[in-house]
Amino acid sequence: MRFHGRGGQGVVTAAELLSVAAFLEGRCAQAFPSFGSERAGAPVTAFCRISDGEIRTRAPVTEADALVVQDATLLHDAGLTRGLRPHGYLLVNTSRSVEELPLPASVRALPGDHLVTVPATELALRHVGRPVPNAVLLGGLAALCGVVRLESVASAIGERFPGRVAGSNVVAATAAFDLVSQAAPRRWAAAPASVGPRTEGPVDAHAD
Amino acid sequence: MAVKQPVKFYQVGSFAVGNRLVDLSRRTAQADAHRANALTSGHRACQGCGEALGARCVLDAAMAATDGRLVAVNATGCLEVFTTPYPETSWNIPWLHSLFANAPAVASGVAAALAAQGRSDIRVIAQAGDGGTVDIGFGALSGMFERNDDVLFVCYDNEAYMNTGVQRSGATPAAARTATTEAVGPEPGNAFGQGKDLPRLAMAHGIPYVATATVAELHDLEAKVHRAMAVRGARYLHVLVPCPLGWGSAPSDTVHVARLAKETGLFPVFEAEHGVVVGATPIRSRAPVEDYLRLQSRFAHLFGPSGAVARPDVVARIQGLADDNVARYGLCPPVDDHGGGDGGRHDDGEVA
Amino acid sequence: MLTQIEGSRAVAQAVAACRPQVVCAYPITPQTHIVEALGAMVKAGQLERCAFVNVESEFSAMSVAIGASAAGSRAYTATASQGLLFMIEAVYNAGGLGLPIVMTLANRAIGAPINIWNDHSDAMAVRDSGWIQLFAETNQEAADLHVQAFRLAEEVSLPVMVCMDGFLLTHATERVDVPEPGQVDAFLPPFEPRQVLDPAEPVSIGAMVGPDAFTEVRYLAHARQLGALERIEEVAAAFTGVFGRRSGGLVSPYRAEDADVVLVAMGSIIGTAKDAVDELRRGGLRAGIVGITSFRPFPLDAVHDAIGEARRVVVVEKAFSAGFGGVLSTDVGLAIDDAKRRVATVVAGLGGRPVTERAIASVVEDAAAGRLERLRFLDLDRAAVERELSRMGRARRSGPSAENLVRDLAAARRAGAVVGRG
Repeated sequence: MRFHGRGGQGVVTAAELLSVAAFLEGRCAQAFPSFGSERAGAPVTAFCRISDGEIRTRAPVTEADALVVQDATLLHDAGLTRGLRPHGYLLVNTSRSVEELPLPASVRALPGDHLVTVPATELALRHVGRPVPNAVLLGGLAALCGVVRLESVASAIGERFPGRVAGSNVVAATAAFDLVSQAAPRRWAAAPASVGPRTEGPVDAHAD
Repeated sequence: MAVKQPVKFYQVGSFAVGNRLVDLSRRTAQADAHRANALTSGHRACQGCGEALGARCVLDAAMAATDGRLVAVNATGCLEVFTTPYPETSWNIPWLHSLFANAPAVASGVAAALAAQGRSDIRVIAQAGDGGTVDIGFGALSGMFERNDDVLFVCYDNEAYMNTGVQRSGATPAAARTATTEAVGPEPGNAFGQGKDLPRLAMAHGIPYVATATVAELHDLEAKVHRAMAVRGARYLHVLVPCPLGWGSAPSDTVHVARLAKETGLFPVFEAEHGVVVGATPIRSRAPVEDYLRLQSRFAHLFGPSGAVARPDVVARIQGLADDNVARYGLCPPVDDHGGGDGGRHDDGEVA
Repeated sequence: MLTQIEGSRAVAQAVAACRPQVVCAYPITPQTHIVEALGAMVKAGQLERCAFVNVESEFSAMSVAIGASAAGSRAYTATASQGLLFMIEAVYNAGGLGLPIVMTLANRAIGAPINIWNDHSDAMAVRDSGWIQLFAETNQEAADLHVQAFRLAEEVSLPVMVCMDGFLLTHATERVDVPEPGQVDAFLPPFEPRQVLDPAEPVSIGAMVGPDAFTEVRYLAHARQLGALERIEEVAAAFTGVFGRRSGGLVSPYRAEDADVVLVAMGSIIGTAKDAVDELRRGGLRAGIVGITSFRPFPLDAVHDAIGEARRVVVVEKAFSAGFGGVLSTDVGLAIDDAKRRVATVVAGLGGRPVTERAIASVVEDAAAGRLERLRFLDLDRAAVERELSRMGRARRSGPSAENLVRDLAAARRAGAVVGRG
């Protein structure tokens, strides 16, 4: 998974929370940022890999199973969605519709219910009182591709944030989950039964 | 336990031992054969070295004040070099030399460790020359002050980098000749307007105790060490220690030159607490700066072959610096009817 | 305890479990999270009998550690890159004095040009300082190595730096079984100093040593490092005994026994290389890895044995010596000591340049086919370099090269041109 946003929107935290959610489901997960100095407003990218077995590579995610775009203005950069797999998922934080977004042809060619928008900032403002969309979007991601369960997202949020903030974020995430579920029924099966150390399996056996 | 060497008085000299007719309790620790002797004989200091005298006095006083529970951290410099001439050491106390610029930080580390071990009863003293204090060590010193670490930092100021061959430091006084401020050209010697006033910089940090002293008054020096050790937190003691080699003064003149530095007003002797001066030692008998400068060949370029002042303009500027100090610290309080003189010139105290 | 945690925080918790008495550090990217976490623990009273000193520079950080260690306390600090260079005098001082300080080096490139991302140039700058240098492959190993480091340092009386890749490890969140205080207590006894500032038994530490004895004193440092070669494996074995997992040691071979081409590397790049090796093996190419954990002391014999009979040896390293070639490569070449097998150097990942499995795999393929030159800079944009060189050739006042290159690359990107790699 790749997360795109701007400094201050919690992009790095989003990737971390997703990795914690996967960890809580007994899987291996790796989250790391690609970035520089602390500066609000600058584009930030973060990565998350999820696997049943050990994740060894440290390279950036160049071929992604899912992209989460926390700030739609970043879509003006045509290269943002580079590497998204042909049957990958794209979740965009915006109150606009998919048709209104500047998207390259390759993205428009995704299966219909793989490309979804969620007004995450509005949801966050409504439920949390702050325009930080990261936790909300994870709820949407859980519904979109089922890489983690909503309950795991909720637990991860609960571990990371203090009481009331966690609670309101979970409510917002659940709202996003419901919205996306209606727009795009889950495509992925539940987490695989075997959760063990990986031996020499295929390189792309983890979700990026 | 280190073997305690018997103290012999020939190693101290009558100045430090003091008046033998006076009771021991009223003499300095140097008069006591049972003193700690932290810095023992056999070190390689020059004849007449002010720093050796000052360090010995300071450390024996500190050992007395702490009942022997003391650790010393030393910066690179004359003191470190002449006290630990390979393969010997003249230190009878736990002593650590790390680098040139880090004595304050290393001392902070020792103090932090002792506190973490629950051994804050052991006190820490850091010592450096003027170079290791005002120049290369200043960053670390300022950090130590700012954190108010429980360390007494002692600067032995001989006003130049002596150990490396008398190069100028941030503490070198105006017009002084050093290897890097030669007495040549239209403005011979060190430039005016230079020089870091470390005691005032220390005061600006607001630390609990700042004091200046010279090796001309050992009672005063000892008392200040005791006063410093009675306090916790960052403390600073600035000791003027003439260097016969670097100053070009006679080895037998060290104490005399130090006294003149005070009596001219060029080196103010005072104490401050939390940034405020709480007391200054008055000048007993004000001397003109000429009397002080004349004794040191580092100022020889200010005088002619006959001994007359050849650069009255420079001498006047130096006199001005002394007058400023007298005014700032009130070193010449108004004289009452008891008079003051024993032949020396009086300052009328009216300088603005 | 098994947890999903950021590498820096895992290290902070592991260090805290070792009961340091003095922690001092100056902030520098990418080590900041480690020290912040430790500072918070001390302030909240979770770390007892520990002084946290907010120093005003890295030089003071190492100096405070020196004073603390000499006074008999377990001392810890952390830095990277520029900060390491600023404290380098004190680093050598600690090494020469044999004080068992432990430091995290969050590997970051040294400028100019200023760069906050990962490479190994900082560790290479102090490889002769007398410190033991251990490189972590994962955040699990990073946490574990700190625990081993305190024990190793105190046993052999040498300071130890644990190197972990800045951002790639420090800022990566992954599954770590963080060593807990109880476990660590079973493994790491209280610090018993070999030399200490003690009023009851005064000693002078740090006096000058003349030509008569300097060689012997320095030789002792060498002897201690050689002795550490054995201790490192023993400490790693003891660690396994208490914690039940393998971490540390001198080298970590991966599928190297029957390898035709062996990659030698240090740090987190090994993980990426393992994926590349598995892909190559599936394609029929017998590739393997010798990961080096102990860089100093350099385990000549262990590296030699691990490389075995491999026909091609490729060192992939994140540093280089300008005008010369690799740094790690030189040491590996010495370990092989075989005129018929030359080491090929691949300089990769400088200043945080990402290294992909495919890039590593193609280097191995080139090596196998005899196409790998003696020194290759992976993913070098040769065209951009040529443009700057010709710019410099045309005018005397050609301007700062770094800025010219960056501007040039940005313009190329805007033009949508795909800049050639290779």
